[in-house]
Amino acid sequence: MKVAIVKYNAGNIRSVTYALQRLGIEPCISDELETLRSADKVIFPGVGEAGTAMAYLEERNLDQLIPTLRQPVLGVCLGLQLMCSHSEESNTPCLGIFDVEVKRFPPREKVPHMGWNRIEQVKGPLFDELSQEAYLYYVHSYYAELSPYTIAQTDYILPYSAALQKNNFFALQAHPEKSGKDGEKILENFLRLK
Amino acid sequence: MLTKRIIPCLDIKDGKTVKGVNFVGLRDAGYPVELAKLYAEQGADELVFLDITATVEKRKTLLELVSKVAAELNIPFTVGGGISSKEDVSALLAAGADKVSINSSAVKNPGLINELAQEFGSQCVVVAIDSRRVDGKHIVHTHGGRTPTELETLSWAREVVARGAGEILLTSMDQDGTKAGFDNELLAQLSAELPVPIIASGGAGIMAHFKDTFTTGKADAALAASIFHFKEIGIPELKHYLQKEGITVRPVS
Repeated sequence: MKVAIVKYNAGNIRSVTYALQRLGIEPCISDELETLRSADKVIFPGVGEAGTAMAYLEERNLDQLIPTLRQPVLGVCLGLQLMCSHSEESNTPCLGIFDVEVKRFPPREKVPHMGWNRIEQVKGPLFDELSQEAYLYYVHSYYAELSPYTIAQTDYILPYSAALQKNNFFALQAHPEKSGKDGEKILENFLRLK
Repeated sequence: MLTKRIIPCLDIKDGKTVKGVNFVGLRDAGYPVELAKLYAEQGADELVFLDITATVEKRKTLLELVSKVAAELNIPFTVGGGISSKEDVSALLAAGADKVSINSSAVKNPGLINELAQEFGSQCVVVAIDSRRVDGKHIVHTHGGRTPTELETLSWAREVVARGAGEILLTSMDQDGTKAGFDNELLAQLSAELPVPIIASGGAGIMAHFKDTFTTGKADAALAASIFHFKEIGIPELKHYLQKEGITVRPVS
């Protein structure tokens, strides 16, 4: 199986690579359109700032490519947010795969939301055999609103989309690559998708 | 609900894990990669690696060790010690560290915090503060707690957050190595005022100290070294105890 990680200025490419290697997969890290198009699975990672990340994707035409991919795609953290329509972070228009708005957490608690939290009301194959008590590791200051694409929720300050899905596009706000065994399970499930 | 985090700290010298009483008289407590994996399996929420001699001996943290840890560990980890530039941080993050912790270099050059936050994001910038009481005031110390500065702990904490620190690791040098409990009074002051997570460090001796620092001290996370390394407290039993005491922690699988 060929797994490609979208190469851009995301901070967690190395961690995602290591996580896949621990599952016995040697991913290829690429920003070339053909390589990404021909992979069996594509992971779109992300740690950083929305505006800077979108500018980088646009420079390399990845903003055009990613929404046209046909194989299973998994966005992670900022990857999820960039797959939405718009982010309040630097008022950034994003890829628009999910018609969902990304907002900043109201400062009623500490922001960023940093640490381990529950993932709840999970739906679909990404969460097969996930423990009822699954906790994942989160680090983010912006969140995707609940929407018809929401396939899991997490509650911090307010309930928001912990995961989204539309057709072949999946996205997770938490970091599966850093979420212990529960995170590994989600990655395994993604790799098993047809 | 967001859980309170338990963070074993691995103090590193010459590629090995050590921990001393008040940072003097170091004892060997094992090999870092093996220890890190063991902690992850036992339910540690995060790990911190501190190259405790780095500042003093002007050594850089071992990138090779960071890569090995990153390859094998499935939970987040922070690396600190001897970090004084954007280049240092870039190399550590590229090697697989999730966050970096800066201490003396932030005091010497506070602008470094802004630079790092802008370049890499606040989420990976932890500012470690070593605090010791001097004439009834909490004073920031550098160089492993040896050198007093003119900075008061609370005002320095406010400044580092304003400059972009994403988290504060507060070590009470008065409590460190004493096993008499965390400095909850100071921690509660910081946590109430600052909008970022506070990691309590220094003084853990018994399980009740963790409960106290999460309740009285309002800490978001608690860090300890020797009590974990020398198996005085096991992470699974600590988490069971905290759950029983009504504190939300990630259960041990």
